[in-house]
Amino acid sequence: MKDYFELLAAFFRIGAFTFGGGYAMLPMLERELILKHKWSTMEELMDYFAVGQCTPGTIAVNTASFIGYKRKKVPGAIIATLGVILPSLIIIIILAAILQQVSDYPVVQSAFRGISAAVAALIVQSVWGMGKSGVKNLLGVILMILSFYFIFFLKVNPVWIVLGAGGMGAFAYSEIGKKSLKKLLTPFRKEEFK
Amino acid sequence: MIYLQLCIEFFKTGLFSVGGGLATLPFLYAMAEHYPWFTKAELTQMIAVSESTPGPLGVNMATYVGMKTAGPLGGILATFSLVLPGLIIIILIARALEKFQKNQLVQNVFSGLRPAVVGMIAFSATSVLENAFFLAGTDFSSFSLGTLDWRNIILFFVLLFAVFKWKKHPILYIAIGAIVGIVFQF
Repeated sequence: MKDYFELLAAFFRIGAFTFGGGYAMLPMLERELILKHKWSTMEELMDYFAVGQCTPGTIAVNTASFIGYKRKKVPGAIIATLGVILPSLIIIIILAAILQQVSDYPVVQSAFRGISAAVAALIVQSVWGMGKSGVKNLLGVILMILSFYFIFFLKVNPVWIVLGAGGMGAFAYSEIGKKSLKKLLTPFRKEEFK
Repeated sequence: MIYLQLCIEFFKTGLFSVGGGLATLPFLYAMAEHYPWFTKAELTQMIAVSESTPGPLGVNMATYVGMKTAGPLGGILATFSLVLPGLIIIILIARALEKFQKNQLVQNVFSGLRPAVVGMIAFSATSVLENAFFLAGTDFSSFSLGTLDWRNIILFFVLLFAVFKWKKHPILYIAIGAIVGIVFQF
């Protein structure tokens, strides 16, 4: 019971403090799932994001389902998903009638301007942390830059980027790839050499 | 039966919107055309409100649209229908991953995917930064010194320094941002 309640509470907090949608909830996920509860590692979180890019549904909900399943199988997935959507349900159903006026109040708009700066600072820190644990060799740097270039400048659908990068990984880390791409695969930090 | 129609429409939206909340918008515009539930103009207003309400955008939109169309029960049903397809698919994938996690090929694929994910998230960070740095109604395409929100940029750098130096809970920084915004009338 306690485990289910913890899942629900953690994802409720994540849902309630996600401003701006998409990856803006990354700092909250990192804090609650990796630092606080240790339910996941940074690497796993990135794996979930990669899968989430190719499957239907919002990233926050997909990640909740993944973590919930990992903790407590199907009931866990349902509870965690419920947790992440509950704040939206409560806030919008109770406040729908007045939300529109409220969001026009100057004081609310001022608060949201300030929040936008905070969210930006938090996400920069998260991307930095993610880069440190996800990019470990020259190949990683190349894949990261290519992925950013394709999505930012060429507006390529993320599904193709995931398929391309996954294919590159499958080739580069295979026995043939390891022999021919030695330089690209040498880890930046020695202690990570396994 | 408006409840059943809402469930079917939002289940479809949940099933086919790949890649996050913004992907649900084309489906919602199609709904505005097919059903007398809401107009496109109302939808635009609902998007604006959903963006400033906490929670994932797609979920907020489903609740809001369902609520406006058929009351609280409509909001609840639309939201559940939206997340159901993703929940089922993720449970199936999580099961498969459990089995194949130790598989070398799967590990190699994910080793290639992780750096790409960093690149994709860096991309979504750019739009968050753009929103914070530019005054309302302007963006990078209208770049000039006059369109920059200097007070917010200063707040960003102060908070960025704080975030890297003291790794406190994100809620604290969000609260500080809100308070500074209100006190200095951003």
